[in-house]
Amino acid sequence: MITDHLPILLIVIGFFGAFFTPIIGMIRKELCSPWATFITMLQFLISLLLLYNVITAGNISYWLGGWQPPWGIEYAVDILNAFVLVIVAGVCFSVSIYSRKSLGLEVPGKEMPLYTLYILLSTGMLGIVVTGDIFNLYVFLEIASLAAYALIALGDRQSRMASFNYMIMGTISASFILMGIGYLYVMTGSLNMADLSRLIPALYGSPVLLVAIAMLVVGLSIKTALFPLHTWLPDAYTHAPSAISALLAGTFTKVGIYALIRVMFTVISPSYVIETVPVMSMLTWLAAIGILAGSVLAIAQYDIKRMLAYSSVSQIGYIILGVGLANNIAMTGGILHILSHSLMKVGLFMVAGAIIYRTGIKNIYQLKGMGKKMPYTMGAFVVGALSMIGIPPTIGFASKFYLAWGALEAGNWVFVVVILLSSLLTAVYFWRIFENVYFGVHETEEIKKDEAPLSMLLPIIAFAVLILLAGLFASLPIEVIKIWVTGVLP
Amino acid sequence: MKAAPVSNDIILRTGASIMVPVILLWGLYVLIHGAIGPGGGFQAGVILAAGFILYTTAFGLKEAKKILSVKLLMVIASTGLFIYAGVGMLAIIFGGNFLEYGVIPIGRTPAEASKYGIEMVELGIGLTVMSIMLSIFYDIALKEKGE
Repeated sequence: MITDHLPILLIVIGFFGAFFTPIIGMIRKELCSPWATFITMLQFLISLLLLYNVITAGNISYWLGGWQPPWGIEYAVDILNAFVLVIVAGVCFSVSIYSRKSLGLEVPGKEMPLYTLYILLSTGMLGIVVTGDIFNLYVFLEIASLAAYALIALGDRQSRMASFNYMIMGTISASFILMGIGYLYVMTGSLNMADLSRLIPALYGSPVLLVAIAMLVVGLSIKTALFPLHTWLPDAYTHAPSAISALLAGTFTKVGIYALIRVMFTVISPSYVIETVPVMSMLTWLAAIGILAGSVLAIAQYDIKRMLAYSSVSQIGYIILGVGLANNIAMTGGILHILSHSLMKVGLFMVAGAIIYRTGIKNIYQLKGMGKKMPYTMGAFVVGALSMIGIPPTIGFASKFYLAWGALEAGNWVFVVVILLSSLLTAVYFWRIFENVYFGVHETEEIKKDEAPLSMLLPIIAFAVLILLAGLFASLPIEVIKIWVTGVLP
Repeated sequence: MKAAPVSNDIILRTGASIMVPVILLWGLYVLIHGAIGPGGGFQAGVILAAGFILYTTAFGLKEAKKILSVKLLMVIASTGLFIYAGVGMLAIIFGGNFLEYGVIPIGRTPAEASKYGIEMVELGIGLTVMSIMLSIFYDIALKEKGE
């Protein structure tokens, strides 16, 4: 049955699509964008099928070339994988619809290389998530990173510098990850994640294992832009083309967090990283500082994309906080926040891109009257912003509620205060935009309605609706996540 | 008027015209014997590209582009990957897993089928590596001429 081959089809279709794009670009440049939409749509459908299969029929293991793991490469899909796959593929799909007009204006005439890289980035990220082989994870991480560097460099004039900075940081992070994997391999002789998790307990207490963990944590923290290592993120997101900012904000850092969760909780056991070596509590404190620092820095910004980028630093802190607290409820909240942050931040970045598309304005204080000019777009922005602040019935409320509940469960009041304080700070920096957008002009002033084009508006509205729907039916994703969390944490 | 070649060095041009066919032949040898001997697609691709690069340095970019234009290189690079993915998909069609060459009915035994399967994949890799190497070289050569 072809459904048995879904994990590999996800990747093969992506590579096929990426390398077919140059040929399509030679025939007609305009076809590249629909082609990318088609490929990412296929990937999205496959991801949905995978999630359905995993929930109904249990974990999937696919052996490449028929070689039995740990000798061959294995693609292993469990609920966490499938959940992240659906988020990543869904974001790639919807941003590809949105990107046709947006990138057409911001990066004119470069459709062919752009969409080749776009599909490569999407495939690389899906590969990181779907694989059950730790070295394969590194390879896909490099594929996705290289595509991301090039895509960021296609932005405005300062984007090359931002991309270069990101490349340096990304290469350092990749070196750390590779060395960590190398240490694990030298000690165990295996690269398969499931096999590693069986072999590693014999090495507890070995200093080499500690070095490997340290390197993997530092490397993945750079990729996820955890607080003191976040410096590449604001520049990269500010200067990249808007559609690419939306794509990266919604997916790439989440994939890094997924890899962190996978390495810490599947490859190395939770009890070791929580109790024996306090990696997780260290991460929670960094995350807590990051939540506050990201929010405060976001308040100081006047460029809308830069503000959203700093807010990303803060939101990534929430996810790591939930993962690091490592009790049932906080972990559920953390993983749920992967979904909610993807929905919110992609939606908000798409709105920022739509404003830039219509007016070219990036400064928050020039947004006056935008509420009348682009009513639907700004409506979606309000929904996204309310979700960021954490107001029911949005999905942002559900995940923050679980995070705060998890912090209480862990008996750590400081984190509850951090979450509440950060919510207030979030309200502050979004209020500045509301004020300018809705109250900046006099009631009687006539402003002509000039809404974003339909292909941009549709994904924006879809994300706003999804934020509300996911918030109203939050129990659905929570139930799914809980199956995985209870299987991992006692 | 005929465009002047980049290099008028008689030794370089004579040497290149003798060496390029040998290098290309050697590249093909390494490509075909990848499954049973040392070498393989990646190495062969680099050797083939080196042959063309020698040709380009001796006879100029214009002459080289008559044989392999940038567009053709793009098509070759894509084709190489299609061969790779195609062999993998063929294995799925014949009921195996992705890249499980043994199930493709082209040899007497699964082991022989594996050999042919790997050679096909190596061919794909070789084509892609060669064309990408060459297009990188073209890009650098173009940059220096300021075109």
